[in-house]
Order: sequence, then structure tokens, then C-alpha cells
Amino acid sequence: MADRGLSDDAVELAPGVHWVGALDPHLRSFDIILKTANGTSYNSYVVRGEQGVAVIDTVKENYAEVFFRRLESVARYDEISTLVLNHLEPDHSGALPELLRRAPQAKVYLSTRAQMMLKALLKPPMSDLPDYTPVSTGDEVDLGGRTLRFLHTPYLHWPDTQCTYLVEDGFLFSGDVFGCHFCDARLFNDQAGDFRFSFEYYYAHIMRPFREHVLDALALIEPLAIHLIAPAHGPILRHRPRDYVHRYRELATPRLTNEARSEKTLVVFYLSAYGNTRRMAECLAEGAERVGGVRVSLYDLEGGEPDVFCDLVEEADGLAFGSPTINADAVKPIWDLLSSLTSVNVKGKLGVAFGSYGWSGEAVRLIEDRLRGLKLRVPVDGLRVKLVPDHDELDACRALGQDVARHLTGTVEHRAIDMSALVG
Amino acid sequence: MPKAKVTFEDIGVTVTVPAGTRLIEVSERVGAGITYGCREGECCTCLTKIVSGGEHLANPSVLEDQVLKDNLAPRGHRLACQAQVLGGDITVRPG
Repeated sequence: MADRGLSDDAVELAPGVHWVGALDPHLRSFDIILKTANGTSYNSYVVRGEQGVAVIDTVKENYAEVFFRRLESVARYDEISTLVLNHLEPDHSGALPELLRRAPQAKVYLSTRAQMMLKALLKPPMSDLPDYTPVSTGDEVDLGGRTLRFLHTPYLHWPDTQCTYLVEDGFLFSGDVFGCHFCDARLFNDQAGDFRFSFEYYYAHIMRPFREHVLDALALIEPLAIHLIAPAHGPILRHRPRDYVHRYRELATPRLTNEARSEKTLVVFYLSAYGNTRRMAECLAEGAERVGGVRVSLYDLEGGEPDVFCDLVEEADGLAFGSPTINADAVKPIWDLLSSLTSVNVKGKLGVAFGSYGWSGEAVRLIEDRLRGLKLRVPVDGLRVKLVPDHDELDACRALGQDVARHLTGTVEHRAIDMSALVG
Repeated sequence: MPKAKVTFEDIGVTVTVPAGTRLIEVSERVGAGITYGCREGECCTCLTKIVSGGEHLANPSVLEDQVLKDNLAPRGHRLACQAQVLGGDITVRPG
């Protein structure tokens, strides 16, 4: 069936450069976690040189049939010398096994980190791996009058991701970078409907957790002469492509300067039913402030929404979470926030938990486990106080704050312990 | 049983451990900054710089060697979920 008025022919980007992807207009949920109001596209491209033809990425397996028809409209399988895999997620590699069967002579070019994924994708009966070459920034493939140059851009949004630059034309095949879930048969950004929301939504959910890697990638991309960006999803960006590069730079840069940039920052989040956990939070903050070089911010989670707090988390060096225990668990706003943190990078940040409880006090340990699961480091045992914290217990909160602050500033005193003394 | 001393440079803690202990068993308990993903030597999340005493760790397995190579790990790095302490003094920090 033709794609929304598109024929099964390839669509020309430039003489010898074609889109051979597929449209998926009825998709509403992508990878479970992402919504899309009008589907998506799986973009694949063909580049013809004087001495060979390259295919850049493929499509989701269900859409292989139309992909092959479009591919056949511009190339014979025995002409295909090069397969570039910018990203091996199944929506881009679904047609790969069949393409390798039809074009067994093709040499595969992929990032170093993609090698193990390729092996995992092509499991038996496709146990014979194709001829593949791991490439990195600056490596090139000469197609004869056309050169593909690779850019090592890992973690956008998988470890294997890379971009491929067609030097002579100034075309950037960017994989998921600069992409979005937006399905429009008009294909090009100067003809498609308004996809700006989709572009920003895609960045926020797919790229934002890897902000540091986005900045590394932009350092490679920004110096290029770019006449067109050909992403793996959504419209092809031929009109003012550099605007989209600039927008990524803006999105990956904090909106306001962090006033505490010369200090370490600790954000203390808490919830409190009767004021006990709040009192603990205040004393923890007070203790941390006593250590030079740490700036503390105190937030009651009842006063905001997770999305807003995610911005704070993204910028903070340390995070403290205070929750009472209700029905043997931390309270829901804590979990709502913790489950939202997958949209930002929290790996390696310092985490600590605390809270008042009535009789069993499970919240602190449960929060600590979640923090470790999110790849925060939890160097200090959390603090639980039964019901109303007394003078000594509030002092213990201050001491916890100081301890946390010392870990943040790297001024903790060296300790020597025996493993048997550590709690299992 | 032979003992070893493992120092986690990022948090300033030295732990005396029995020979045969894997770094993951200690680092998580002391709250060192090494973070973990698959815990099975595949994902390379727990890449760890061996600051000194690398000779006191058991040699990497074929799998660990391959994962380190595929992830372009610099020399002197190991996977904390795989590296097993044999004895002596070892100092590590997140890779």
C-alpha cells in the first residue's frame, strides 16, 4: 500500500541521493514511553557514487516491504557496496538481515560500540556475520566522487549511535539526532506540517538524559558545512538546517546561569505529614551549609510538579530525599519524582535519604535502593527517626548534612574499615 | 584466609577484604561512586580505573577483555562487577 499518497518510488534529496524510508502514520506509542499524535517515519537513505552505492540505515521490520520497493527503484542489490548503520535499534535495523541476504557483498560500517549489538541482532540462523568495519570520527568511505565521513557520537541515544556526513554535498545523516516522531508524506521541513512540538518533545524524552553527549556531538557537528540534515525519524531538514543545530545547543544549555557554579550544590526534597520530616530536612540543610563550598536548596515536594523538579535535579551535584513512611512505603510524590528522573542524567550524583516514621520506617531504605538503581552513589547511610525528632536526633540530621557536604566537596576524612563491619 | 586492602579513592575509604572478593561486592556496600548496570560484565557501566595494584587483581576473562575493547576502555581500567581481588593493596576510582 502506498504511504499516504507517496508512491513506492524513492524520493530524491539530490541527484544520486534518495530517501527510501517508510511512513508509520498510525503509531501512537513509541518504545512504550513516548507518545506521538500522528505516527512516525523510519528514514533510510541511498547515496550513489561512481564506484558504489551506500545504504544508510534501514527501517522497522514490518515496513521492510515498502523499503525494498523504494530501494529497488534507485539501485540494484549487486550495486550496494556499503551499509552504514548509524544506530542499531530495531526501528532502524529491522530490515537489515534481509538486506544482508539480498546484498551479501555489502560492507557494513558501524561504530565500535555497535559491534556487540550487531552480533546480538544477527543471532542464528544468521550466525555468519557480514563483513563489518568499526569506524570512528574522521574515518571515511570513498564511493567514487562522494565521500562518507563518520562522526563518533555515542549515547544519542544508545551507546552505538553515530552520524555520517556526506562531504561533497554537505548532507548530515544524523540518526536519531535532530529527529522526531512526526509522520508527513511531504517529507521535507519546508513542506511538512508544524512539527516543532514533536522536535522538542523528542529531544526532551530521548536526548535530554544524554545532555553531555549532545554537547560533545555538537562540537563535532557545528563546524561542518551543512546543507541538509537527514535524520532517521521525522522531516528531512533542508530549509535552514543550522537552525535545528542551534536549537539543540539551546536545549542542551541551562536556561539561566547557575549562580552556585563555583560551589557544589545539594537539593533537599522532602514531604512531611506532621512536620517531623520537614524538621529533619531543615537540620540536614543547616548541617550541609556549615561546610564551606556547598550551596543547599530546600524544596517541599507538595509545592511543585516532578517535571519542574527534574530541572533542579539535572543541575544538582547532590540530592537528598526525605519521606515519612506510610503503609510501609515512601509516599507517592517521592516515587513520582524518582520515576521522572530517567529523563535527566543522574549517574554519579550523590544521593541520601531520610525520614520520620511511626512504627516500621521502610521509606528510607526503599529510596536508597531506588537511588542506587538510578546509578546515584549513596556513600552515607540514610537516617530514620521514630516520630518526633528530639534534640540529639536533630543534631544527627545536622551531622548527616555535614557528612553529605564533605562527600560533595571531597573533604571527607579517610576511613579504614573491615568488610565484615559493613552491613550486607 | 588471605586478605587484601581496597581503597576507593573517590570516597576516601580503605576496606580490608578476603581474597576472592569482587570489587562490586565492596564498592556498593561502602557507597563508592562506581555505578552498575547489568552486573554481568556486558554493559561496561561499572568501568573502573585501577589507580594502583592492578597486578593484585585476577586477569580479566575473555568476555571482560572483549567488552573493555569494544567500549574503548583506556589502559588500566577494569569492570568492577568482574574484577576479583587476589591480595595486596589496590586503589581504584570510577572510570
